[in-house]
Amino acid sequence: MDSRTDTSTTVQGAVKTVSLYQKSKKIYPRAVHGFFSNWRWALVWITQIVFYGMPWLQWNDRQAVLFDLLTRRFYIGGLVLYPQDFIYLTGLLIISAYALFLFTAVAGRLWCGYACPQTVYTEIFLWFEHRFEGDRAQRMRLDAAPWNGEKILRKGGKQLAWILFALWTGFTFVGYFTPIRSLGASVLSLGLGPWEWFWVLFYAFATYGNAGFMREQVCKYMCPYARFQSAMFDKDTLIISYDAERGDPRGARGKKVDPKSKGLGDCVDCGVCVQVCPTGIDIRNGLQYECIGCSACIDACDGIMDKMGYEPGLIRYATQHSLQQHLTRAQMWRRAFRPRVLIYTAILVLIVGAVGTSLWLRSPFRVDVVRDRATLARIVDEGRIENVYRLQIMNATEQTQRFRIAASGLPDLKVDQTSDIEVGPAEAQWVTVSVQAGFEAATQAGPGSHEIHFDVERVDAKGAPAVVREKSTFIVPR
Amino acid sequence: MSDFTSSFWSWYVIAITVGGLAFCVFILAVASKRTVMADDNSTGHTWDVDLREMNNPLPRWWMGLFILTVVFAVIYLALYPGLGINKGTLNWSSAGQLEAEHAKARQTMAPLYERFMAMGPEALAQDKQAMGIGERLFVNNCAGCHGSDGRGSKSFPNLTDNDWLGGSGVDYIAKTIAEGRQGMMPPMGAAVGTPEDVKNVANYVLSLSGSAHNAIAAQLGKSKFGACAACHGADGKGLQAMGAPNLTDKVWLHGWGEAAVIAMINGGKTNVMPQHASRLSPEQTKVLAAYVWSLSHKGDPKTALAAPQ
Repeated sequence: MDSRTDTSTTVQGAVKTVSLYQKSKKIYPRAVHGFFSNWRWALVWITQIVFYGMPWLQWNDRQAVLFDLLTRRFYIGGLVLYPQDFIYLTGLLIISAYALFLFTAVAGRLWCGYACPQTVYTEIFLWFEHRFEGDRAQRMRLDAAPWNGEKILRKGGKQLAWILFALWTGFTFVGYFTPIRSLGASVLSLGLGPWEWFWVLFYAFATYGNAGFMREQVCKYMCPYARFQSAMFDKDTLIISYDAERGDPRGARGKKVDPKSKGLGDCVDCGVCVQVCPTGIDIRNGLQYECIGCSACIDACDGIMDKMGYEPGLIRYATQHSLQQHLTRAQMWRRAFRPRVLIYTAILVLIVGAVGTSLWLRSPFRVDVVRDRATLARIVDEGRIENVYRLQIMNATEQTQRFRIAASGLPDLKVDQTSDIEVGPAEAQWVTVSVQAGFEAATQAGPGSHEIHFDVERVDAKGAPAVVREKSTFIVPR
Repeated sequence: MSDFTSSFWSWYVIAITVGGLAFCVFILAVASKRTVMADDNSTGHTWDVDLREMNNPLPRWWMGLFILTVVFAVIYLALYPGLGINKGTLNWSSAGQLEAEHAKARQTMAPLYERFMAMGPEALAQDKQAMGIGERLFVNNCAGCHGSDGRGSKSFPNLTDNDWLGGSGVDYIAKTIAEGRQGMMPPMGAAVGTPEDVKNVANYVLSLSGSAHNAIAAQLGKSKFGACAACHGADGKGLQAMGAPNLTDKVWLHGWGEAAVIAMINGGKTNVMPQHASRLSPEQTKVLAAYVWSLSHKGDPKTALAAPQ
């Protein structure tokens, strides 16, 4: 997408016909080593150890992290979440969004460059590619060469490694939704169910296709983040910048030649920063939406500067203001504490605190009250008015709990429940409950619907006592 | 095709669908090229002095995906209904899929029900799994009239007491579920006599169970009870063989008090329990009958009816 042109020349020149659909140019990113690349690899390791390792951890004789869609229970360590706890997912998404806003406002696309699965898997697939086919120049040579034994061996080996890795990824992904240990056994005996096969293969295919072939195309054409990053950046956002003032005019020169004598800047125009770029852009053209902030060009340029005996940092993390106004590092960092960043931080802290507190104070069980769908009310012995309810009690712990139900809101309310209700670990149970109001009390309250509430109390509490209060209505007939 | 009155609309839908697909392909084929200025890669369109439209081509795989969706649409429309009244080569229908899923569910449940079929009603009532299934069957099929707790309402019998109109036991319940029942009390006002007589008989009926009544009226009504005795018996204890209720207990299915009894004598009543054999399999009926039976046999009656907490 190199369509930068000089806008001052609008000469009506020759006309040609082009396709609206462009064959993508293959990008051969060159391997790079340096400070930021070490960070990138560290994050690859961390994220992948977490992703591939977590489903194997055990807790209470079951998988520590398991999203059991069939029974609709999400287990995360000691936490048992029900569909009713979906609000926490909302909280998580809001936290993620604000964290993204905050990091983007401070330091640009940190997520893209270091933690985004697209980047991380591309990095891993590139590493395989590098093992089998060599670095940039060798890969280009190999692609241009005619097919022979060696090419088949190298390409085939790479594909095999990619496919195995992708399959393992798909397997791990499904392992979050169905116990991974038994899943492993079923894979070995080829006894997976059709949906397990589908998702293992689908996720494997998605990994293989995205990290092996689509790569930067995903970032450029599919990812919406690239498109709205401009709304999150300002002139004090750290971006990967080429210091044009110092670098230009560019040009080749000998190591011993003083660039000033030739009227040149520090950029030796070696093109390494372009060669290492995984999205194939030239950072010296300034900030572009394709730049995923991976800082490979920084490491590459610093390496060249080092070889040339120049100061590093011709390409560096810098803000637009710091480049224009020649700010020192300290001045630049001070500007990080601007209202926008402070507000994002405050909101983020607030929401994390709120979600954390609500998780901490979460009741060990939940109750849903459903009025009987058929009988509005009926009159039983002694003219008492009876309403029927169905209560669903959901045990959100991994111990059996016993409950007692009480109702209040009208005078002389009685719950016709004979024994405590026992609900097994992480189970949900429907209980049918009749509630009676005395004739006098009901007459006094008058016909119609009256608000009452149920207090469901945990009675054999080994931990703290817990009561859940749920609203409902009691109907007195005319 | 009951939604539409003529086959014209079917052809209308077919024309729009096929035409739309053809148009997509046509656009892809014809409009995939564009003329640009060779020197600056713009289209030559200029607005507001210097705003120019650049040539910004889509990646080609994007077009590939578009073609794939068209191919998918064609295959889909060939396999599934979608083109007007065309049923598709797979002959798929939502009703058919539901039936297939039911069959599959029945198949998975078969071993379970096989176990249940080998058990007696008491054993079933003790079986947690059977009672869990029974409860769900009850809530889905019976609770609409009898209430979630099975205690019924006016004109809908309470299933948790031990008062059974036409018989008792699990087999009676199962037969009632499968075949339904019809209860009929003919209008007896004319046979009893004047409205005053009817009132007196009503009071006599109330006195049989010791319910609130006018003792003098009851005395007067006793002689007229003969009209009722044919079904309810001379002592008013009812006749299960006829489905005639016992009038000496305090169970009042169609309302309690003088007015309700008078209305019953004058108007009679036809009460219907619908049949469920077309909805429930014999296996389900057996489990459900055991569940209903268990409602009135919950362990020791003393603890089951203990005072609410």
